[in-house]
Amino acid sequence: MERHDVAIVGGGPAGLAAALRLVELGIKDVVVLEREAEAGGIPRHCGHMGFGWQSHRRLWTGPRFAAQLRADTSSLDVRTGTTVLELGPEGHLRIRDSQGARHMIANRVLIATGTRETPRAARLVGGTRPQGVMTTGALQQHVYLNHRRPFDRPVIVGSEWVSFSVLVTCLHLGVRPVAMIEENAATTAPRAGRLVARLAFGVPVLTATRLIAIDGRGQVEAVEVEHGGQRRRIACDGVVFTGQFRPENALYMTGPFASDDLAPRIDSAFRCTDPAFFAAGNVLRPLKSSGTCWRQGLAAAAAIAGSML
Amino acid sequence: MSDVFDIAVIGGGVVGLAILRRFAKAGLRCVLLERGADILSGASKGNSALLHTGFDAPLGSLELACMQAGYAEYLAIRQRLNLPLVESSGLVVAWSDEELAALPNIVAKAHQNGIADVRQIEAGELAAREPHLAAALSAVLVPGEAIIDPWSAPLAYAHQALAHGAVILRGAEVTGGTLANGAWRLAHGKGEVRARVVINAAGNFGDLVERIVRDPPFAIKPRRGQFVVFDKPAAKLVNAIILPVPSEYTKGVVLFRTIFGNLAIGPTAEDVDEREVASCDGETLARLKARAIAMVPELQHVGINAIYAGLRPATQHKDYVIEALPERNWITIAGIRSTGLTASLGIAQHVARLYADHFARLPATPEPVWTPVPNLAELRPRPYQTGGDIVCHCELVTRAEIEAALTGPLPATDMGGLKRRTRAVMGRCQGFYCSAEVTAIMAEAARGTP
Repeated sequence: MERHDVAIVGGGPAGLAAALRLVELGIKDVVVLEREAEAGGIPRHCGHMGFGWQSHRRLWTGPRFAAQLRADTSSLDVRTGTTVLELGPEGHLRIRDSQGARHMIANRVLIATGTRETPRAARLVGGTRPQGVMTTGALQQHVYLNHRRPFDRPVIVGSEWVSFSVLVTCLHLGVRPVAMIEENAATTAPRAGRLVARLAFGVPVLTATRLIAIDGRGQVEAVEVEHGGQRRRIACDGVVFTGQFRPENALYMTGPFASDDLAPRIDSAFRCTDPAFFAAGNVLRPLKSSGTCWRQGLAAAAAIAGSML
Repeated sequence: MSDVFDIAVIGGGVVGLAILRRFAKAGLRCVLLERGADILSGASKGNSALLHTGFDAPLGSLELACMQAGYAEYLAIRQRLNLPLVESSGLVVAWSDEELAALPNIVAKAHQNGIADVRQIEAGELAAREPHLAAALSAVLVPGEAIIDPWSAPLAYAHQALAHGAVILRGAEVTGGTLANGAWRLAHGKGEVRARVVINAAGNFGDLVERIVRDPPFAIKPRRGQFVVFDKPAAKLVNAIILPVPSEYTKGVVLFRTIFGNLAIGPTAEDVDEREVASCDGETLARLKARAIAMVPELQHVGINAIYAGLRPATQHKDYVIEALPERNWITIAGIRSTGLTASLGIAQHVARLYADHFARLPATPEPVWTPVPNLAELRPRPYQTGGDIVCHCELVTRAEIEAALTGPLPATDMGGLKRRTRAVMGRCQGFYCSAEVTAIMAEAARGTP
């Protein structure tokens, strides 16, 4: 069976940073397992600026940052198109790639599977199921990876920082959102964001407003919202559910260590309750920037190297 | 199209497709007209994906007869069509004294219906079978209840019908018809077809289609059912299909594993006026989720993958309405509610008998062509295990599977059809990772189609 010193699950900023640092620390046999066709993680489809400062002291777009990460790790064993299906005791992994499924064992496994947003279904938003309902991540991939424009007048649900990045994406597309809807009395991101939304983008931010239902047959036609006990319809042709990030948990939930759907349990050195397993990056809450994930990957690598002495 | 078909089936749901299969396999020239962009886009889109024994169906009903015949034929043909089955069994669980008192009658009724292996079990056996279930008093065990794939089964019927020369027209809403010289001329969205006998299997539109031939003796009153689907870790928490003790008004919501490895709860039963689009409402979904957690407390730690709703074509009659109008060259099938997936093959047998009795002898059946469908069930080998590129990571769907669903004799025509054929975008992230790529593959396939 294939054996390695360290297997890193996930080739985003945390996983790639950990791989680089482990090699620097003298651990040569490190493999990164990435299920997508290219490594780089979420920054691959974040088209706006603001990436790279903590790692490279440069300011790049997400795709540029992701490309840099791939260049930095080009001499490492980064395997794309490789999915880890299941974790087992003592660093056991069941993986599959274009050759099929097989088993692998690593002395240490770093889980860096990242995060995703909570989609419409998990928020139990009623109504019909037309086209044009998506998360930020899906929108960004439509736009930056496939150059598609899925709607012209969407409603944005949420007011976290990522919600404002949707505004940037919409601007890039020439799309004018109809409104941002926030269930709480105040926006989740700082007040500045609200001003930016209204002044720079001309998009009203409706706080204390709850999305009740989505309506439409082929494409979205309207949303129904509630504010102060009053319900009303807002005509639109798309809905973007932003934020409410939750860990990509399907893999670690199979692992032989303590976890729940919101996180694997770790100690202060990123170690799970099974000593072969560690976790770092956005699979651990709270949501962090790519730079912070990068630094956490470095720290986890140091912890893993220390544990192997 | 100047040819005259032997049979025109109106409606490409599970019932229409099972009928099309039976007549095409018998060597008749058949056409099916479906108003939607794809088959299975009406009532058959959102059901609970179970194969029922009929243990609780009304004694002596046509529904029970069709369910039992359909159940038997499904078992007989499923391996040749590559259709999966999980022998989960069902448990009608009593949590209250009132429900407990009702259990002996449920057993007696099942025995009357010919399901001899149904028996009541005590709390200890129930707890051993279902260790994660909230403590209950007793249950009725129904060993024959099973879990199947609600879309691959009718898709397999469609493919087998096509292999026997049937024609399936999609986007072909029947708008009117006239009977002259022993043949119907049916006008539909894309032209017209002629056929000697028309079979109305139009589901939620059955009474509207029936007006072509007569003042309908039934009215379709769609009954909406909402469902909540939990993520895959939930499937480990429940073994059997957990059925409530029925009240006078409803069979109630069922907690069931899906063939795709999820756990779902539903359906509700709400009379609605809408025939076309099934909508969910947040309050009901929240109640369903709470009900599931009350039954299996550990579900509070499992995420929700999907929500959906279906419309069941109920009528004012309790039983199915299936009858032949010999002088009008017409067969009516209406009021096929939640048992339709189970009963469809049995309904097709019954309709074939009506046809033979009233219209024409069925030719001697030629050797059937078997058209196995791709397997989507996790309990059997799936393509990702042997290679290829995965596009949908949540449901482990490969690019080759998606491309195959977009080609062939009955390709998916929209995202809904693609999801039903492959499971892509149906998982926990609901397209966060893959919807853009799936859309791109669809666009590429559309460009390649003349």
